[in-house]
Amino acid sequence: MSAVELQNVSLTMGAQQVLDNVSLMLQDAEFVGVFGPNGAGKTTLMRAILGLVRPDSGTIRVLGAPAARGNPAIGYMPQTRSQAPIGRLCGWDFVAGAAQGHCWGLPLPSAASRRQIDGALELVGARQLASRSLAELSGGERQRLLLAQALLGEPRLLLLDEPLISLDPHHQRSVVELARRIQQELRITVLFTAHELNPLLEALDRVLYLGNGHVALGSVDQVINGPALSRLYGSPIDVVHVNGRIFVMSGSLEIERDEHRHPHRH
Amino acid sequence: MFEYEFMRNAFAAAAFVAVVAGCTGYFLVLRAQTFAGHALAHVGFAGATGAVLVGISPLSGMLIVSVCAGAGMGLLGEQLEGRDVAIGIVLALSLGLGLLFLHFYTAYAGQATALLFGNLLAVDRATIEILAALTVLSLAALAALSRPLLFSTLQPELAQAKGVSLRLISVLFLVVVAVVTAECAQIVGVLLVFGLMVAPAAAAQRLTRRLGWGLLASVALALVDAWAGLGLAYYTDWPSSFWIVSLGAVTYLLAALAFPDRS
Repeated sequence: MSAVELQNVSLTMGAQQVLDNVSLMLQDAEFVGVFGPNGAGKTTLMRAILGLVRPDSGTIRVLGAPAARGNPAIGYMPQTRSQAPIGRLCGWDFVAGAAQGHCWGLPLPSAASRRQIDGALELVGARQLASRSLAELSGGERQRLLLAQALLGEPRLLLLDEPLISLDPHHQRSVVELARRIQQELRITVLFTAHELNPLLEALDRVLYLGNGHVALGSVDQVINGPALSRLYGSPIDVVHVNGRIFVMSGSLEIERDEHRHPHRH
Repeated sequence: MFEYEFMRNAFAAAAFVAVVAGCTGYFLVLRAQTFAGHALAHVGFAGATGAVLVGISPLSGMLIVSVCAGAGMGLLGEQLEGRDVAIGIVLALSLGLGLLFLHFYTAYAGQATALLFGNLLAVDRATIEILAALTVLSLAALAALSRPLLFSTLQPELAQAKGVSLRLISVLFLVVVAVVTAECAQIVGVLLVFGLMVAPAAAAQRLTRRLGWGLLASVALALVDAWAGLGLAYYTDWPSSFWIVSLGAVTYLLAALAFPDRS
């Protein structure tokens, strides 16, 4: 069974055409890095898989069933954080807030929920962080809690939207390693969006590159090369390999780095 | 002081309202929606004074108008964000309308102060029964709502993905807030609702990192503020609303000094 299957999907976000008649299939238990220029629709694609936005045409199937809101088999780590002043709460309560959070009633986790919350915290190595307040945690530590939250309910598909944003290289590496380890241990499919390819090189099974309504899906070498990316961007792109690192250049500009400096428009 | 029936009534009314205000206020502070509570109380003033004109009780009028306003605020949702000026103008208009309604019903003009600043010592048996019923209803609604409410506060996008309707939750919560605001207005008046509903909750959130303890602390502080305020009012003969909001302010100040923001 495929984890995600798109058939002739066209998807718009506002006036922007995100996907134009795209078909693709993501396998079970693969780690897929999702890249593309700002506004290419990485977040919108995730929201479509979650059933939060409907495609204009075509069908999206997730783990064999049509994409629908509230699918318990999908874990999701959104890019945007709550604007509410929740920094005084401890990590455990923050994670627990997502456990069966869609059900009515008092937010008192059952014994089974508690075990699951502790298990998820254990899995991401955040047992020690659970008693501290969110405001006391670093960006990387908070990402661990968010990841634990996304893992509640034993998802088969994990969507991680820009987990590396605003982390320093050291923490970026540890988040990528963590995501890869969890993906291997649980044998689940992970979609991981990012601006930069290099921190993810070691972890990736395949790359999904979005641009101008089209996608390229394949191994790093198949997708991250001059001709393939030039087709996606609609302008000449060079791919330069230096010491095992890959740089995507448009003329003299390094594309990913340049975009990293811009504020996000998702 | 308990030999007087009006004091016994006042303590009972304050208890019913403080418990539900502590719970609701906790979520209101957590969601950064405290201004909504303030706004609903102002709108309720027009309802309370208008009700007298059409011949129903001020509390009923306040409930009807603020519940409608709460539902409307919930439905508008993000569209209200950053609209401070528009909201402020509606608040001013509400107070102005309330004044106009009082003007038409001159026999009732003496009630203006009671509506604006509360008149806890004048609460009668019938009002207590209504307040108790409203408290039970609001607590039941809040209990049923609290899990998705918390989820959508902590992680709105994840909650949405898991099938929670953020708008429905927001509407239901603000309707509860509207009812509790009307209750609080019976104790401290529409202008001072913030002191009973928000100050104890905001102080409680500084005292503990745990959600459950925070809720309990919020209820306890609201109850202590209300009862101690009443006691002080009895012995000083100063207005109870003054004491209740002052204790709220002092509690918050002490909590803020003892547990300052770490950043």
